[in-house]
Amino acid sequence: MIIYVLCFVLFLVGLYGVLTKRDLIKIILSLSIMEYSANLFLILFAYKKDAVFAILSKGENPVMVDPLPQALVLTSIVIELGITAMLVALAIRLYQKYNTFDITKIRRLSG
Amino acid sequence: MQNKGMTVIVKTITRFTVWVIILYGIYIILHGHLTPGGGFAGGVIIALAFLNIMLAYGRDFTSDWLKINLLHDLEATSAILFLIIGILGVAISGSFLANFLSKGKLFRLVSAGTIPILNIVIGIKVCVGLFVVVWSLALFHITKGGTE
Amino acid sequence: MPIETWLIFTLIIMIIGSIVAIELKNLLSAIIAIGIVGLGTSICFLFLQAPDLAIVQFLFEIFAIIILVRAFIKTEYHHMDRKSGRVAISIITVIILAGVLVLSLDMFEALPEFGEPTMETAKYYVENAHAARETHSANLVTSIILDYRAYDTLGEITVLFTAILGALTIIRIKSGSGKEEEDAE
Repeated sequence: MIIYVLCFVLFLVGLYGVLTKRDLIKIILSLSIMEYSANLFLILFAYKKDAVFAILSKGENPVMVDPLPQALVLTSIVIELGITAMLVALAIRLYQKYNTFDITKIRRLSG
Repeated sequence: MQNKGMTVIVKTITRFTVWVIILYGIYIILHGHLTPGGGFAGGVIIALAFLNIMLAYGRDFTSDWLKINLLHDLEATSAILFLIIGILGVAISGSFLANFLSKGKLFRLVSAGTIPILNIVIGIKVCVGLFVVVWSLALFHITKGGTE
Repeated sequence: MPIETWLIFTLIIMIIGSIVAIELKNLLSAIIAIGIVGLGTSICFLFLQAPDLAIVQFLFEIFAIIILVRAFIKTEYHHMDRKSGRVAISIITVIILAGVLVLSLDMFEALPEFGEPTMETAKYYVENAHAARETHSANLVTSIILDYRAYDTLGEITVLFTAILGALTIIRIKSGSGKEEEDAE
């Protein structure tokens, strides 16, 4: 049970970064931390004690871990890269227009 | 990123190692149904090989060698290819994205129906898409005070 | 040593690394310090017997660091100074989040034990190597994402395509120097 609690603490560290930082790049980094901890939490459910990975070898039939959450998390990892790429493009465009990364200043200047 | 590329030593070594990296990426894509890996991992490996060329030789040489306009079309084409395989599944077997080719024997390279073909399509899509994003970021000069 | 000891050790290192990454003032160091969290999850996936995921997580993490470093390396970066009102907000947020953690400890009792998954849906795939006999592919995860649930993979490709298209469109709008340089090639 303590492993689940530690993974949740990692998620809360990322949430703290999103809520309190003023810098746009730190917000992007904190969002990535939240995403990694969410994927790790799903795979923690799929582990079976003393089991091997889900690939068959010739002539053996051992006890395997759960392959279904692994297939779903594979999708999630790929989507996370798309999110990061789009956020970085948005941040570059904002820097070009407002000349700062500070989110409090971006709210006050007019376009 | 500079336009000229790096020194002669880097260019000479890149000329040899980049083909090994591309071969490794193709191996991981093709053996996706036998060993861990698959289309996504192999696609990123080939994209990193192209990024290596862009860093070592500069932007002008890479845009001539890789034909950037072709890459934009290739990305859209591979998405359509995935859909065509799905529709062929409806036409032949009755359900979308069904496994309609012959399945072969277990543990062989040519087996498991449409799974290797889908792996190749996904590999092409991921490789070209990620390289195009990094290419556009490399062309873009961040200047202060509005667009220039 | 059992797996749980290694996992707890790696998770503690990742928590310390993430706190360092969001508190550092130098931007390049913070982006590199985020690599601790990403590569740490790749190691955790290896401990949890998921080699497919470890390869994919490792490669995509490196690509994300490359994109972040490339995009921000050329800006002349002004350091932001701390205002006094922000310290109060930080302390209040830490107290509220600690309260959330303490209140949710009861929920973790209701989850299944670590190491004994319920596996109600996956029994069909794993028992007697049923998935391997139907699809003739040795890798069970690949046969799930490309044969049993290929529709989800189609959705994932669509999301990746749309995100890349969006990123390209944002970079290209009225970008004077970038567009002219591309037309001249």
